[in-house]
Amino acid sequence: MVSVIWLIFIAVGSFFFIGTGNIDVLNEEILKGGADGIKLLTEMLPLLVLWTGIMQIAEDAHLLDLFAKLVRPVLCKLFPSLPKDHPALGYIASNIAANALGLGSAATPFGLKAMECLQKDNPEKDTATEAMITFLVLNTGGVTLVPTTVIALRLSYGSVHPSEIIITSILATLCSNVSGLIYDYFKRRKRK
Amino acid sequence: MNSNYIVPIFVLFIILYGFKKKVNIYDSFLVGAKDGLLTTFRIAPAVIAMVFATNIFLNSHFLEFVFSYFTPILKALNIPISVIPMALVRPISGTASLAIMSNIFELYGPDSFVGRLASNLQGCTDTTIYVLALYFGSVKITKTKHALSAGLFADAVGIIAAFVITFLFFG
Repeated sequence: MVSVIWLIFIAVGSFFFIGTGNIDVLNEEILKGGADGIKLLTEMLPLLVLWTGIMQIAEDAHLLDLFAKLVRPVLCKLFPSLPKDHPALGYIASNIAANALGLGSAATPFGLKAMECLQKDNPEKDTATEAMITFLVLNTGGVTLVPTTVIALRLSYGSVHPSEIIITSILATLCSNVSGLIYDYFKRRKRK
Repeated sequence: MNSNYIVPIFVLFIILYGFKKKVNIYDSFLVGAKDGLLTTFRIAPAVIAMVFATNIFLNSHFLEFVFSYFTPILKALNIPISVIPMALVRPISGTASLAIMSNIFELYGPDSFVGRLASNLQGCTDTTIYVLALYFGSVKITKTKHALSAGLFADAVGIIAAFVITFLFFG
């Protein structure tokens, strides 16, 4: 799947560049693509390292277990294929919490850890498990309670009520998430 | 609520809680930080691959070309044209849609109808394609079943919901 998206992006973009006679710009894009990737990584790296450090403390203090226990009843309904004490549930819970608080980049380390835990019990290492798909549906839906970046940008452009969009954006997110989960649910049932 | 408090309180709480539970907080931090470094190196190829492809795709202005054909329909439906590229880019790149959003804020102001619509579009979903590529790439999964279609379906519903809700609340 990722291969197909990758191919479409590169092929469509390249052909359009050539078709519009911007071969020199395309040339430049290809040459600096790697540098942009490294730039994004170096922007992510410090925070990622810091957060995984902090979260290791939370893990060693059994805070993640505690939090996972709180949201377990809900998560167990969403992830019927996982045993109730699966370590991935703690990371999934933390990932959702960090996303909800608008700490997007802080959520990534938890998410990657959750995937790692799920992958350990995966019998077919190249195929996504049910739990992985449900987790990613939850994650890409992005349940954001406080869209901090949007509010910050609105403020900097002189909005009188920068946070007036919180409720409407939560409503839109809920529509998106619930429909994603329903879609996933029916797909799963069809497969069985 | 001031969102500036969220991060500091989160960090302080974890460190204090860890200390109280007699965890060797400094050593724990080092273990976790090393883990984070290794994770970054592991995901580096996937990130570079994705940035490379999205750069070519977005900067070719193919999306703008496609949506220019739909201008009359959008005008008839009373949908502001400037938010369409943003809605299309949203599932692909968070940075790109943020860039379009600030452009809209600059042109129309954040408190205009278009500005509010753009804010809700940014908040209604996450960068599905990027997240899928990153997360599946990090554990080397290539067969993803219905993950992409579910993600894009949720995005589509979210985008439509953002339009409808903005019309209802601010229209």
